[in-house]
Amino acid sequence: MQKDNTLIELNKDIPILEAKHLVYEYRTAAAKLIRAVYDVSFNIWPGEFIGLIGHTGSGKSTLLQLLTALEEPDSGTVYFKGQDIFEKKYDRKKLRGKVGLVFQYPEHQLFAETVFADVCFGPLNMGVDRKQAELTAYDTIKKVGLEDECFYKSPFDLSGGQKRRAAIAGVLAMKPEVLILDEPTAGLDPKGRDDLLDMIASLREDAGMTIILVSHSMEDVARYAERIMVMNKGKLLLDDTVSAVFMHQSELKSAGLAVPEVMEIMTALSSSGMPVRDDIFTTDDAAEEILRVLREYRVI
Amino acid sequence: MLRDITIGQYYQTDSVMHRLDPRTKIVLTFVYILSLFVFENPAVYAVAALFLIIEIILSAIPLLYMVRGLKPVVFLLAFTVVVNLFFTGGQELVSFWIFRITIEGIKRSAYLMGRLIFLVLASNLMTLTTAPVSLTNALEYLMKPLKIFRVPVHEVAMMMSIALRFIPILVDETNKIMKAQIARGADFESGNIIKKTKSLIPVIIPLFVSAFRRANNLAQAMEARCYNGGEGRTRLNPLKYRRADIVAYVLLVIYAVLIVFMGCFLFRVIPIAV
Repeated sequence: MQKDNTLIELNKDIPILEAKHLVYEYRTAAAKLIRAVYDVSFNIWPGEFIGLIGHTGSGKSTLLQLLTALEEPDSGTVYFKGQDIFEKKYDRKKLRGKVGLVFQYPEHQLFAETVFADVCFGPLNMGVDRKQAELTAYDTIKKVGLEDECFYKSPFDLSGGQKRRAAIAGVLAMKPEVLILDEPTAGLDPKGRDDLLDMIASLREDAGMTIILVSHSMEDVARYAERIMVMNKGKLLLDDTVSAVFMHQSELKSAGLAVPEVMEIMTALSSSGMPVRDDIFTTDDAAEEILRVLREYRVI
Repeated sequence: MLRDITIGQYYQTDSVMHRLDPRTKIVLTFVYILSLFVFENPAVYAVAALFLIIEIILSAIPLLYMVRGLKPVVFLLAFTVVVNLFFTGGQELVSFWIFRITIEGIKRSAYLMGRLIFLVLASNLMTLTTAPVSLTNALEYLMKPLKIFRVPVHEVAMMMSIALRFIPILVDETNKIMKAQIARGADFESGNIIKKTKSLIPVIIPLFVSAFRRANNLAQAMEARCYNGGEGRTRLNPLKYRRADIVAYVLLVIYAVLIVFMGCFLFRVIPIAV
C-alpha cells in the first residue's frame, strides 16, 4: 500500500506528458470554424513547474481538457508516460487520477454534505477502499491547510479561499503525479494567493509532483514557475525558461499579455541610464539589484 | 455530452423577415399554421408552399439550415406516413399480407406529410428570425387583453424571458460541472439505471446551488434597479409597427382570402384529381 508523502518515482528519461500536433476545432452556431488548439506540441518532464499563460480565448482551457482526455482532439494525440491516452483501450479514468485537473471554480465540483466526504469522492472513484480513502482524505485536507473545524462543515459554508483549498484537496486525494490548476488564485486576496501558491510549490518539493499552473498573473508565474508556455490564438507562441520568455516583450504584448510590472520598471531604469540588469521579474530580486547598483556607485 | 441543445435557435443576419415586428411574425405564423389545417386540397397546399417559399427567401436563411431543422421530426414524419399509407381504407391498389395501399391512403399521407413539414418549417422560421427575448416581448403585447381577467401578463412574460435567457447558461454550467466531476473519476455512463441516476448527484447539487445563487443575484440586481412588476412600467424600445409590417398584414389577409376561396369554391369548380 502506498504510504503518504512517498516520492513519486521519477523516470527522467521519458516525458511525463507529451503533446503531439494537437488540433481541436469546433463550429459556432453560425458555422464559423474556430481553431481552439492548433498544432500544439510539447514535452513535459517529471518534476517540472510550468506556468501556462494566455489571453482569454487563447485555447488554454481546451488544452488542459485535451491533456486530461476530457475532450478528444481532431488530430494529434497526447502521451502519458509514453502511452497514447486516446487509444481505444487506454484507461482514461485511471489517467484522470494520475493527471489531476482542478477547475477554476470550486463551485463546479463541491457537492457532498461535508468537506471530508467531498474529498473522499475522488479516491473512491479510483477504486480505493473506503478506509484507505478516508485516511488519504484526512491527510490531504491537512496538507492543503484547512483548519480542523472545516472537516465536517458543508463545503458551501466555506469562504472563497477555503473552497479553493477543498477543491484542490478533492483532486490531490487521488494522488496525481501531475497537478494542473486552472487559475487557482482568481478572486483571492494577496495573502490568500501567496499562501495557496506556496502550498502548491511545496507539493512539488515534498512529493515530486509535476505542476502546470494556468494564470493571468505574470507575477505569480514568474515567481514560482521555471518554464513558461504562452498560448495565443490556439497556438503555442513561446515555450522556454521564464527569463527567456520575458525577453520577448513585443511578442507578449501582441498576444495581449504584459511582462511583470517589476520587469517593466527595471527596463525603464536601465534605458534611462541606470546600469541595472533588466532580466529580473520578482520584487525581491529587483530590490536587491537596485541596492547593488546604488552601493556600487556609492549613492548610499 | 450536452452540446447540441438549442432552444433559442436565433439565426443572426439582416433580412426583411428579421426586421419585421415580432408581433407580426407571431400572428403570421399562427394564421399560416391555422390555414394548413382547415382545408385538404392540393391547390390550397400549393398556395401555402408558395407563401412559405417566399418567406424563406425573404428571411435570407440558408436552405440547408432550414432543412436541418426538420431532423427532429423525421421519425414522426416517417411514422405518420407509414401508418396512413398502409392502414387507410378505400380503393385498393396493391396489397400484400396485412398491408393494403389505397388511393385514399396515398392522398392522406401526402397531405399529412405536407402539413407537418410546412408546420415545422414555418414555426422554425419564426424562431430563427426572432430573438427569444423579442418573442416573449411580443407575446406580452399580444396577451394584453387578458389583463381584464386579471392574468399577470407582464410577470408571466418576464418569467418566460428570464427562463429562456438562463437555459444556455445552465447548459453551459452543466457541461463544466460534468467535466469537473469526470476529472475526479466520476462515471456517468456505466452501470444500471439506479447507479446511473445516483451518479448524477454530484452534478445536480452544484447545478442547483449555482442556479439558486444566480437567481438570487438577479433578483437583487432587479430590486436595486427598483423593479416592482409591470405596474406603470414603460419600455426603452417599445414595439412599433412600420410600413413593412402593414405590408405583411395586407399580404397575410390576401393569403387568407385566397386560401378560403380556393378551399371553398375552386375545388368544386375545377376538380383537380390526384
